[in-house]
Amino acid sequence: MASRFPWEKASLIFGLVLLAIGTYIGLFVSPPERHMGDVQRIMYVHLPSAWNGMLCYTGAFVAAIGSLWTGRRKWDAALVGMAEMGIVLNALLLVQGSLWARPTWGVWWDWDVRLTTSLIMLLLFSGVLALRSFVDEPERRATWTAIAAIISYVDVPLVYFCVRWWRSLHQVQSSPETVDTMMVVPLRLNSFAFLFLAIFFILRRARIELLRRRFQEVAEPEKREVVHA
Amino acid sequence: MPELSPSLATSTVRSEASSRDQGFLRVLLRETWTILRKDLLLEWRSRSRLVAVLLFGVVTLLLFSFAVGPDTIMLRAGAAGFLVLGLLLSSTLALSESFRLEQEERGLEGLLLLPIDSTALYYGKALGNTLFLFLLAPLLTPVALVLYAVDMEPVGILKLLGLWALAAAGLTAPGTLYAAMTSRLQSQDVLLPLLLFPLVVPVLLGSVKSMALVLTGDAMGQLGSWTLLLLVFDVIYWSLCGILFHHVIEEP
Repeated sequence: MASRFPWEKASLIFGLVLLAIGTYIGLFVSPPERHMGDVQRIMYVHLPSAWNGMLCYTGAFVAAIGSLWTGRRKWDAALVGMAEMGIVLNALLLVQGSLWARPTWGVWWDWDVRLTTSLIMLLLFSGVLALRSFVDEPERRATWTAIAAIISYVDVPLVYFCVRWWRSLHQVQSSPETVDTMMVVPLRLNSFAFLFLAIFFILRRARIELLRRRFQEVAEPEKREVVHA
Repeated sequence: MPELSPSLATSTVRSEASSRDQGFLRVLLRETWTILRKDLLLEWRSRSRLVAVLLFGVVTLLLFSFAVGPDTIMLRAGAAGFLVLGLLLSSTLALSESFRLEQEERGLEGLLLLPIDSTALYYGKALGNTLFLFLLAPLLTPVALVLYAVDMEPVGILKLLGLWALAAAGLTAPGTLYAAMTSRLQSQDVLLPLLLFPLVVPVLLGSVKSMALVLTGDAMGQLGSWTLLLLVFDVIYWSLCGILFHHVIEEP
């Protein structure tokens, strides 16, 4: 079945291979961090989640504009795929962050600007999908999802800035430090691994969405006939 | 078709030409005013919504005092936050009610049949809602000041009203749009806060911070930045939602 969708298959295999190599290097080859020790290794999945999650949301925003502009269902399917993938990566990000924060900062949660913004982003896009699930009529569902996605995405920079101001007295932005090459390699590998896996899931989810909509169109007259009979 | 008398024909032509000459903005403003006036009139005739929402706001303020405890210092420190949360919680009631009215007797369909721009419908509704929420300020603020034992100067009260207006505008811009959506769905009471609350976090933070600075003193001169944040949010969402609204309301 998968051979009918070469891009899906290719990105899945490529993603899994990259993830295996990146994770192996990250766990066994890279040196442990001087202060944090092995806990730091969570970075090799944490940062890829963050980057790709943000990428998915941005893609969803672009797809939302496309969907609203053209009304074509391919954009709508892409929007759903990317929004859902963004939510999954965002949730992973928060869980990984908490797991890392407990041994490092001594707390599960901190009102840091990036943490807070991620949480609000998760809530915003979950709201968009919740709205979507309540609308039955397909055209309206596509339009409303696109509108809610645009409104939510525009809010992200505003949330970021206001949380930063809110926390300005406590938190200082950390500066990038020079790190070992063997720390950079698994990070890069895993980032691309996450990207290809995300592409796989998005393509598949979009395909399901298109099929679902087509099914609805085909099935509905039959249902109507049954009702009338 | 009966023949028109020359004078009537001339005047008809002239009025058509003049209406074409009228700028888009002027027409939009006039239509917005029509919608706003309709809403205000409806509101004034019953007044029940205002009283209900106001009482709800007072009850919320009271509940915060019970939740925090009778400690005056803590209450005073949290006064701005409680006041804004009172506004936020009242706003969902007011917003969903404003479109529920239009769903009854298929009022919205009637409005859409009018020869007006749907953008005017949005701005009329949103202005009506902003005004409605703004009216809560002179009623809820004194209650909060008394309950939380905060002393205020008249200048501070004026500033507070200004900030309240900005916060109300920030809540209603996306709130009116989302209420238009959720009022046509079955579980609107759950969906509206779910969509609106995470979105208005900047409004919440901006208004709580700025009101707290007005209430407890602005030693570091931060009031301007927070007010600017509220303004930026308002400008962005009043324009964006105005542009997007016709997609919500008109059937594809």
